Amino acid sequence: MTETPYPLYRSTPGPLHGVLLGGTVALFLGALLSDVAYFKTYLIQWSNFASWLIAGGMLLCGLTLLFALVNLIRARPRAGRPTVYFLLLLVTWALGWINAFEHAKDAWAVMPNGLILSVVVTLLACVSAWTGFTNLRAGDAR
Amino acid sequence: MRPTYALSALAMALLLSACGGEKDTPQTHGPDPQMPQAERGLLPSMKIADPVAWGDQKPSVPEGFSISAIASDLLVPRQTLVLPNGDILVAEGKGGTEAPKLKPKDVIASVIKAQGNTKVKGGNRLTLLRDADGDGKYELRAVFAENLNAPYGLAFANGKIYVANQDALVSFDYTSGQTKASGAPTTLTELPSKINHHWTKSLAVSPDGKQLYVGIGSNSNVTERGMEVELDRAQIWQIDASSGAHKPYATGVRNPTALKIQPGTGTLWAVANERDELGPDLVPDYLTSVREGGFYGWPYSYWGQHVDTRAQPQDPARVASAIKPDYSLGSHVAGLGLDFSIPAMGEKFADGVFVGEHGSWNRDNPVGYKVVFVPFSDGHASGEPVDFATGFRGTDGKTRGRPVGVTVDPKGALIIADDLSNTVWRVTRNK
Repeated sequence: MTETPYPLYRSTPGPLHGVLLGGTVALFLGALLSDVAYFKTYLIQWSNFASWLIAGGMLLCGLTLLFALVNLIRARPRAGRPTVYFLLLLVTWALGWINAFEHAKDAWAVMPNGLILSVVVTLLACVSAWTGFTNLRAGDAR
Repeated sequence: MRPTYALSALAMALLLSACGGEKDTPQTHGPDPQMPQAERGLLPSMKIADPVAWGDQKPSVPEGFSISAIASDLLVPRQTLVLPNGDILVAEGKGGTEAPKLKPKDVIASVIKAQGNTKVKGGNRLTLLRDADGDGKYELRAVFAENLNAPYGLAFANGKIYVANQDALVSFDYTSGQTKASGAPTTLTELPSKINHHWTKSLAVSPDGKQLYVGIGSNSNVTERGMEVELDRAQIWQIDASSGAHKPYATGVRNPTALKIQPGTGTLWAVANERDELGPDLVPDYLTSVREGGFYGWPYSYWGQHVDTRAQPQDPARVASAIKPDYSLGSHVAGLGLDFSIPAMGEKFADGVFVGEHGSWNRDNPVGYKVVFVPFSDGHASGEPVDFATGFRGTDGKTRGRPVGVTVDPKGALIIADDLSNTVWRVTRNK
């Protein structure tokens, strides 16, 4: 009988973890679309929407980051996917902070850095979600 | 793995580079201040006043002058008016509390900035102070009028006391010696009051009493509440005293916080507060004579043709027409009081204006927090401002008071309203 040192099955986020992870993508994407609308129309309300959506995205992303940390601590081995997932979320969250501060500037001072950061943060959130939903553990899915 | 390490390294580098603070330089005053490049870090520089009580201390005044508190425990005194019989009226109030918070930043900033202000609720009233025997002690204190809406600007003409509330210009009939208004005020005209981001309505009256001038501040720092809410804002109105009809007298003045007519020439002068978050040495708050029909730049440009790209879409035609103000008081000093001096203030302070500076928040090294004297020659501001009353922000970093309105008493004294310690100070020449 061969023993495997660690299980080779897929591990995916639980319901709460999943909602938080998916919500992070939705909120950052909403902020990006609002930024695009402000960029095109100069209508300040879009920029206000973007600011609050980023704030919401940061809250959900921060909570997801805790799940990712717990997963990282419990995973054997830790190298590979659990670490990548955690780091992806961490970078998303860090850049999200910078983006939140950029969006705290007045009127058009948000542009263009706020829009560029929203694109980067949204893409990172998508990659994080893809990574997390595929498998939280290292190794091949069986 | 490598790409993610690279990404986090990039994020850290970004954070570090963005946190490099904004270096400030000594402020330049006068007609041609240095205008550095606009800059704004990830977070704006902030130093909020740290209030403590005066205790036994007092503001410092020049050699040959004395200062005393003639009224304390007021309910946020802002501007004062000396009536013909020598009585002093004090407008007490706090407005702009309805301005909605649009971004997470507004919620956080309002909490932070509140630390530097009084916790007392605005009185919405006028208090009358009287020194009947002329000993410099104002022994009589009476509530002249109540239930006003954040009164600020005060003026006397045509046998009436005019009061600029945050939403309307009203008047009280007045006979000499009155200590209480004889009835409710009459509204001359409504004033723009929606949102009231800048709520202080400053007031001056023409020498013949026929025209009133009201300063109406902008509804944002620089259009971050949208252009729609800036209708009739950042203007000085001329209001006909008999009919209440108004027209914009000057536009593009971000926040005209004090207005005064120059004795002799009849020219309107203003102190105005300029925009924030462009760095510690932008944009200079200014003292200027006001040209009828003039446009002073806000929001499209500052100090003449310096374009502010935060206001979009831009308006190059208006930028081209923007007038450069007369005299820089320094960036972020927050001038809120203005009055012309008289020879009775002594030779050194005979010709010029006093300016009450509330003090900065958007600067690492605080500025303002004092009353300065700007000397005039041939009817124009010339030379460096001279400190007149200081010590409101002590060398210990604590703030004991914040000057607002300044009024020259014809008897040869300066009245200073202090809205942090809720005191009215009086500076007199030693006999």
